[in-house]
Amino acid sequence: MNGLAMLIPVALGLGCLGLAAFFWALKGDQFEDLDGAAARILIDDENDGPA
Amino acid sequence: MTALARQAGQSALETTVLVVPGMHCAGCMAKVERGLGGVSGVASARVNLTARQVRVEHDPAVAMPVLIDALSAAGFASQPRGQELTPPSSAAKPLLAPLAVAGFACMNVMLLSVSIWSGADGSTRDLFHWLSAGIGVPAIIYAGMPFFRSAWGAVKRGSTNMDVPISIGVILATGLSLYETVRGAPEAWFDGTLMLLLFLLAGRALDAAMRDRARAGVDALLRQAAPGAMVVTRGELSWLAAPDLLAGMIMRVAAGERLAADGEVISGASWFDQSLLTGESAPVRAATGDRVLAGTLNLENPVDVRVEAAGQGTTLAEIARLMDASGQTRSAYVRIADRASRLYAPAVHSLAALTFIGWMLAGAGFYQALVHAIAVLIITCPCALGLAVPVAQVVACGALMKRGIMVKDGSALERIATVDRALLDKTGTLTMGSPLPDPAVLEALPADAAAVAVGLASHSRHPLSRALVEALAARGVRPADLADVSEEAGQGLRALWQGRVVALRRPEAASGIAAVLEIAGQPTWLIPFADRLRPATGAALAGLRALGVEPSILSGDNAAAVAEVAQATGLTGQSAALPQDKQAEIVRLQAAGHKVLMVGDGLNDGPALAAANASIAPGTASDVGRQAADLVFLGDSLDAIPCAIRAARRTMRVVRENFVLAIGYNVLAVPLAMAGYVTPLVAAIAMSTSSLIVIGNSLRLAGAAR
Repeated sequence: MNGLAMLIPVALGLGCLGLAAFFWALKGDQFEDLDGAAARILIDDENDGPA
Repeated sequence: MTALARQAGQSALETTVLVVPGMHCAGCMAKVERGLGGVSGVASARVNLTARQVRVEHDPAVAMPVLIDALSAAGFASQPRGQELTPPSSAAKPLLAPLAVAGFACMNVMLLSVSIWSGADGSTRDLFHWLSAGIGVPAIIYAGMPFFRSAWGAVKRGSTNMDVPISIGVILATGLSLYETVRGAPEAWFDGTLMLLLFLLAGRALDAAMRDRARAGVDALLRQAAPGAMVVTRGELSWLAAPDLLAGMIMRVAAGERLAADGEVISGASWFDQSLLTGESAPVRAATGDRVLAGTLNLENPVDVRVEAAGQGTTLAEIARLMDASGQTRSAYVRIADRASRLYAPAVHSLAALTFIGWMLAGAGFYQALVHAIAVLIITCPCALGLAVPVAQVVACGALMKRGIMVKDGSALERIATVDRALLDKTGTLTMGSPLPDPAVLEALPADAAAVAVGLASHSRHPLSRALVEALAARGVRPADLADVSEEAGQGLRALWQGRVVALRRPEAASGIAAVLEIAGQPTWLIPFADRLRPATGAALAGLRALGVEPSILSGDNAAAVAEVAQATGLTGQSAALPQDKQAEIVRLQAAGHKVLMVGDGLNDGPALAAANASIAPGTASDVGRQAADLVFLGDSLDAIPCAIRAARRTMRVVRENFVLAIGYNVLAVPLAMAGYVTPLVAAIAMSTSSLIVIGNSLRLAGAAR
């Protein structure tokens, strides 16, 4: 029973962390261009590209 | 580059957004970003592939044409993004945050609920209920907002939609659960309510994401045509966009350009292709003093045109007004989900009321009767019903998009599934819409003559030259090495090949469209150009008939040209139809009880496309045609039409199956709820099972477009 007192806040805290990360990504326009993000990984020499 | 960026950073940077419709892969992205990054004064360039746009941060000194030139050097056509063409904001994005919140809350509450179901009781159960309430209530308020808002909007208008029973169910269930939690009762419904919201939001988000994607494709096509004209003022040339043109201005229209306004030719003479406007396939000659119309294509020589009517005054704008007036069939259409909910919502609410009255009459207390009535509302909350339509349509649209058919919205699939008559435009729809060289003559050309022809034609932007290069390049002909190439506007091209004079020019006697290839010391070749039927037209028309859709031609072209195509395709046809005639023909068929599919591309088809029950346009269509059509297909083949109808009919079959599954679940669950046997555990299991079955059934559509 005492375990619960610790485990529940931990579980909720981790969940909130994930939710906060998602909101941060949403705010940071990470979901603006899903196709582009998928394709960008294939550009092999990005060092030569524009900064 | 970094030095430049720093230098540019000192003055205020300007941001320009360019539309680049031709980008489609990682290689294109890299080329575009590097091409722009190499321009001095550009600080950064970032591609958005979904929107087919590139956002450039640059020094204000760098003008738009420099950026456009840099892109065309990289091999991409681009246009500045017009204000009025700013893409509509995404429909899916506002749903992502509520979806995430519902997912988070649902998982945590479900975890707590599982312990309650497995036998936690006493103070542990109360603690878990309070925790669930703490997580659930704010999450339900936030994640339920899209539904509450839409339901409130419907109620205010005095109508109802799917969101009304959802909102009532969610609010009542949350209220009851809170009450039970405060009372320390054994059951609370936070888990079921959150799961309901999660499933419904997932369905909505999917539906919206599909629409966003299709719209992005169509928008990219639409933004390609940015009409405007080179205007001559006191001997100087400047580019003006179409809305800025005024009567009295003089436009210089190069060969291969479309006119941006109606006007009178004041110098020069040329042939004009009016097929976009009238459907007439034969080019029309206009010399000094003749009237030419906006939207027509200048085929031959540069001409100066004095603008007589621009913007709202043009023939083009006239057609647009006609279109506005003819979208009524479309707006009167009620989507199948809304039709279902019109029947469903009253049924659910009267069942809940019946339960309440029944338990009251049976002598159960007010509280107990209310609990049972709310259980009925929760169990009938149209979870699977809400997924029944969007999931099926998303899967089908995804399958169609892979095949190059873009569906502009879900209701298009519902409407196209019911058609039984198809009217096809001729020029640009049954045919390719542009003059192509006669394949028989190309076949007969000797290899060296063909190489010379490609070599010459590749130096010109004339539409015939470009068609010739495309056709010969497709046959694997490589251009010959030529020297001293010169182009004389309106006459043709001239060059030296192995010391001999070669020329590609217009024939002296102008009968129809043709080009003459001359090589000194060899016989001259006459290459006739004509508009040709699209490939696999016969098979596509047979496919339509097999689906019970009777096709016929409805063209604005002259009777002889229509008769020729009618004979080749075995269709009956109506010729010389004005835009209003086409619209009237559709209204006549609709009055006779037919559901009409219009397939067309031109401006002149716009009103008909808007008036028909459903409409399809080829990707090569005018922007008006693409905008008015429900579906746009890429590629040349007309196969897309029977394919789309087949896929739409399969989708509707699956949607109806989904309804049966969802309602079947209610038929089983509602009596249990009315009798008071439904616990939160039963509700959770029933809800998720029925949703999964509906999703599984919809996934069968993945191969629908094959």
